[in-house]
Amino acid sequence: MKTLSHVNDLAEHYDLVVIGAGPAGMAAATLAADKGAQVLLVDENPTFGGQIYRAVSSTPLKDRALLGADYWKGEAIGAAFSQSQADYFPGATVWQLSPELELGISSGGRTAVLHARRVIMATGALERPMPIKGWTLPGVMTAGAAQILLKTSGVAVSGKVVLAGCGPLLWLIAAQYLAAGKRFDAILDTTPRGNWRTAMKDLPGFLTSPYLAKGLKLMAKVRRQAKIISGVTALAAEGEGHLARVRYTAGGREVVIEADHLLLHQGVTPNINMASASNCELEWDDAQLAWKPKLDDWGNTTVPGIAISGDGAGIAGAEAAAERGRITALDALAGLGIISIAQRDEQAKPIRSELNRYDRGRVFLDRLYQPAQQFRVAGEDTIACRCEEVTGGQIRKAVTTLNIAGPNQLKSFLRCGMGPCQGRLCGLTVSETIAEARGSTPEAVGYYRLRAPVKPVTLAELASLKQSETEIRTVARG
Amino acid sequence: MFQRLPDPSGSPVSFTLDGRPLEGRQGDTVSSALLAAGVETCRSSAVSGEPRAPYCLMGVCFECLVTIDGVGNQQGCLVALRPGMQVETQIGRGKRELAR
Ligand code: FES
Repeated sequence: MKTLSHVNDLAEHYDLVVIGAGPAGMAAATLAADKGAQVLLVDENPTFGGQIYRAVSSTPLKDRALLGADYWKGEAIGAAFSQSQADYFPGATVWQLSPELELGISSGGRTAVLHARRVIMATGALERPMPIKGWTLPGVMTAGAAQILLKTSGVAVSGKVVLAGCGPLLWLIAAQYLAAGKRFDAILDTTPRGNWRTAMKDLPGFLTSPYLAKGLKLMAKVRRQAKIISGVTALAAEGEGHLARVRYTAGGREVVIEADHLLLHQGVTPNINMASASNCELEWDDAQLAWKPKLDDWGNTTVPGIAISGDGAGIAGAEAAAERGRITALDALAGLGIISIAQRDEQAKPIRSELNRYDRGRVFLDRLYQPAQQFRVAGEDTIACRCEEVTGGQIRKAVTTLNIAGPNQLKSFLRCGMGPCQGRLCGLTVSETIAEARGSTPEAVGYYRLRAPVKPVTLAELASLKQSETEIRTVARG
Repeated sequence: MFQRLPDPSGSPVSFTLDGRPLEGRQGDTVSSALLAAGVETCRSSAVSGEPRAPYCLMGVCFECLVTIDGVGNQQGCLVALRPGMQVETQIGRGKRELAR
């Protein structure tokens, strides 16, 4: 790969631009570049790996056992990408992708616009928001953030630490922290007890899943070493200026414990902001309780030329992500005329059978770890939109008194979703809170309609765009 | 509290926070260096002026905003720490002061 450090290093045209350097993005870029396409991979982070393989080539952790064998699978994907002919632009932000496949890319305060013949978005997943009272207090962060600290910097959250929520990743992070010699004062498991009943019918599929043995081992390990409180039905962070206490209810009993840190996690959901801003149609996934893009078998969105792979296309995990990246790359190569349709289909076959293996039992996990309603909608005094500091109560009141139909209308009254994060964090909470208040579904209520720039961009950055003579003459006087 | 695990690889990186000298390590982002140095609150919220600290460390929440080398509202969790960086917190900067 050729690492770019300045927007001036970018070509004006690429056959394929891949957005996001996680497993899907790296695998897609590598395959396409190896077949001779001119490829650019743009990524926001300083190093490749995405979140799952974050800092896989640069982590300061010397003890490989600490992060577990699955993490190191990223090394091979990263090495293959490093050896490819693709251009790689780290620390760069895509603030626009138009349906005409024009991309606006910023880095170091400069920006450039370029054209792609095909685009693959591999923007991965976000942690599902977990709006509880007091979650904006310093001392509260996502469990994913705690894991990122460990991977990139070898830094661990210490002192009195409480981990709360549900989902497979929660157990992985717990195991990694325990392996690093850290401890938890409590692990508060919010998995609703009733989930076991609904998930049971999908258990046979899960019994053949490659994740089963791994998952059970992980949970047993954590259970041996940490105090786990299950059936937690309410949770709040308290303190003045910093977290001091965690208040929770389990089995109908309210308990308060002292805490320096509260790590929250309740699963991951596709990061669909850029897809939405590029006009790709979305659909509601009732098992994963999240929006995902409408895609065909090759990951193509409803906008011609734009495909999505990896967890951004629907949560399926890191190993599936790399395979899905390859599927979208094959179709891009066929679209570019570099391989034939017959070659595409042939080369996709073994990849698809791998994908089927990872798919087994996914539904079981989705159903088992569906977070409870009370942790998905914002309570009366709980902040839903952290940027604009809008509470669940304010949303419900606006919805019922002003008969607001959905998140876009709500923006004009409460500004929620209009802060710097542009609804990335609160989008799901707001859709679900409105749906609850209206006695409707998120599907009917809809999602924020997003607009470019999808990330804040300064006027100075826009002013750094190259202008043609004609463009200058159209606006300049004299 | 945040603790570096013993025996990390990567060399020390010196930078300043609000003029005060601090040390991070190679591989740190601005936010991870601040957290490791014990600095959690990096800004005040735009509406009520409440203290805020990095929340997601993956570019989503914008809670980690700081001023870096004179440029305001940078996502500290996405910027690699470099020697000599001048980082400033955005605490008590007044409501809705977006950039400077
Ligand atoms: S901590 Fe969330 S964007 Fe930086």
